[in-house]
Amino acid sequence: MNKLSNDQNHTKKDKKLQIALVGNPNVGKSIFFNYLTNIYVEVSNFPGTTVEIYHGTYKNYIVYDTPGIYSVSSFNDEEKVAKDIIVNSDIIINVVDATHLERDLFLTTQLIEMGKKIIIALNMYDELKKYNLKIDVKKLSLILGVPVIPTVAPEKKGFKELEEKISEATNGIINKEILKELELLKELEIPTAEKLLILEEDKPTIVKYAEKLNDFFIGKFHFDSHSFKRPKKHLRRRHHHGFNKHRYYGNYIPENKDEELTSNFQRGFHKKHFLKKIMRHYLNRDRIYLLRRLYVNSITTKVISPIKGKESISKIIGNLIIKPQTGIPISIFILYLIYLFIGVFIAGDVVKFTEGKIGNNIFEYNLKKYIAYSSSTLVTVKVKNENDSIIKVNSHFFEYGIKNEIDKFHSLENEKKITNSEIKFTYSNPILTILFGDFGILTMTITYILFLLLPLVIGFYFMLSILEDSGYLPRLATLVDKLLSYIGLNGRAIIPIILGFGCVTMATITTRILGSKRERTIATTILQLAIPCSAQLGVIATLLASVNSKVTIIYIIIIFIFLTLTGTILNKFIKGESTPLIIDLPPMRLPRPINVFKKTYYRSYGFMKEASPWFFFGALIISIMQITGALDIAIKILNPLVVKWLKLPEHTAIAFVMGLVRRDFGAAGLYGLPLSSYQVLVAIITLTLFVPCVTSLIVMFKERGPKEGIIIWFSSLTFAFFIGGIIAQIFL
Amino acid sequence: MFRGEIKNKSKNIFLSSANPKDLVVIKSIPKGNYKSQLLRFGIFEGQVVEILSKLPGGTLVIRINRQEIALGANLTKKILIEKL
Repeated sequence: MNKLSNDQNHTKKDKKLQIALVGNPNVGKSIFFNYLTNIYVEVSNFPGTTVEIYHGTYKNYIVYDTPGIYSVSSFNDEEKVAKDIIVNSDIIINVVDATHLERDLFLTTQLIEMGKKIIIALNMYDELKKYNLKIDVKKLSLILGVPVIPTVAPEKKGFKELEEKISEATNGIINKEILKELELLKELEIPTAEKLLILEEDKPTIVKYAEKLNDFFIGKFHFDSHSFKRPKKHLRRRHHHGFNKHRYYGNYIPENKDEELTSNFQRGFHKKHFLKKIMRHYLNRDRIYLLRRLYVNSITTKVISPIKGKESISKIIGNLIIKPQTGIPISIFILYLIYLFIGVFIAGDVVKFTEGKIGNNIFEYNLKKYIAYSSSTLVTVKVKNENDSIIKVNSHFFEYGIKNEIDKFHSLENEKKITNSEIKFTYSNPILTILFGDFGILTMTITYILFLLLPLVIGFYFMLSILEDSGYLPRLATLVDKLLSYIGLNGRAIIPIILGFGCVTMATITTRILGSKRERTIATTILQLAIPCSAQLGVIATLLASVNSKVTIIYIIIIFIFLTLTGTILNKFIKGESTPLIIDLPPMRLPRPINVFKKTYYRSYGFMKEASPWFFFGALIISIMQITGALDIAIKILNPLVVKWLKLPEHTAIAFVMGLVRRDFGAAGLYGLPLSSYQVLVAIITLTLFVPCVTSLIVMFKERGPKEGIIIWFSSLTFAFFIGGIIAQIFL
Repeated sequence: MFRGEIKNKSKNIFLSSANPKDLVVIKSIPKGNYKSQLLRFGIFEGQVVEILSKLPGGTLVIRINRQEIALGANLTKKILIEKL
């Protein structure tokens, strides 16, 4: 946000006009943005998966792409961000979905009331045919008083005309009823846009102008109770009709972190109690919204007319998905496809090849060998039989590197080739160990990031992009709404939960789309405690593949019970009520391959860029711990817990200690250990519930604050060992 | 308003008890943030709404002006309607 306002100050200095692309979700804003600025931006089909703001230059303008919103307000982060941009922009290109005029004109009329210069792109104009509708564009333009240009975004139809007419953007005709309301704040010296927001009880705006508003109302009503009791005539009339009566009046103490403003605000109102009453009386979002809604409906009846035709296929599919009889089997089928694609194909075949073959056997082995060539190294070969148990250990210390005793090394290497064995390089130089050792930054971490994580991340984002672009995601949210309501969430929370299986860090950030603090806390806790991320899942899947399927089933059941229990308990004990699901179901569409690929690319790239430094950081810590002996100390501390309570071999402690740095590193550390089926079960349950990776931990602390963060972290540590231990006591 | 509610009590039911294919008129929406959110989608007192489908657990999909909107069960049991 700070960055944003800096940018805006910057542009004010440069005297470049600002254009904001504004519209409801899924109306194709981003295509316009790309066209104007030539920079790719994500086209998201799910209302509000990102609050990132893209901007670029177009001619002498700076163009901002805003998140999809249904009105200018502050119901969530996306709206707050969009509101800031809109208030500060000079021209607004309002992209309107022609097929959903009733919904979209609500925002349009609000923008007009804000006194902004507007031009309307009436997008998806071709799809009107599918709905058997016709829109009188001229009439619409006449009523609203702003230029309206029909467009078809994917084909760039109407874009030229839109470009030509950007300079013709103008202030529209404001609805008379709203004009009357705005009259109240006529003498208040702030921009019209913000006057409207104040009338709509927009808390951040009221806080921003708290002082001015106090003075204004004191001046206007001369502090006497008489004027309060008998408000202006037109308001009195409404009062009589019941609009003002028994009206809900929310707690005006704002959530704003800016303490100075908050205290000003509170002082202002507490001292002059009557002022609060006046504000309560005159500022009423519901009234304004209702007036606007009635106005919009009157417009649409004038401009839309039906023509003959039949129902479209996408609509029929959309209905099939939402109907329980067909929707549940379809969803199960889709989830199964996702499992086949990510769980079996990517995590199994692809990763086996990239990590095992390319990463370990080619990349790491040759790199280690190359380093060992001229530095003092202990080479150990563990020869194994078919049952994976070690039958022979050969080792040789090459004091001056293997180049001096190359024949000896070749004989060791040959032993590795013949049988199913491991070869290990132990460097004498600690710095070489940090860089190229088993946990080396340039060996293990690179293998891990490039050959294990990257394929998983790409596969995951690919699936998500398809689900999003097809319009399936909001339907899934609808389908699971009731289930999630048991754990105090609504259907929307399926997004962070699905994302959690990709990356808990990213999912934790996405909890922002949830409607209340309560829901964000519940979702974050569940994500941090019980949802294994894709990297971890890959490792878990590999471990589970080596044991019998009974263990897999037990694992899934235990994690599921724990997840449900945690959610239910949190739902019971956290104060307040969760927000209900109100979600717009966009029409089902065939995803455009270019969009899906671009989206996959940008998301994967963005994630890798953000997360990679933390992987290296984690590897550095582990390597340093390994050399300084801190690893051994930590293992010794954990030892009794791991051996006696969890009944696992001593070395498992390494996996847990590494789990502190990254959950998935921890799981990967279990590969080499000889574990029985149930030991695998105990180990992966403990690891799944164990503390999240460093990156997700930092993000969680940032999102939820230190107090909640510590509670979630400690409970995850406690539960991991508690539940793991209980399982161990039962099965081992 | 309160008196009116009592008078219409026999006709008014909660949205949660509406069935697919019903056409209903919204009679009252409780105050709160979601009242404004519903207004943005065109759902307000007096509006006619078509029920598209009802999921197990009560999540409702309604249609208004060709726009499909899903409403959670904990919301639909607070909205009063009248069947047409």
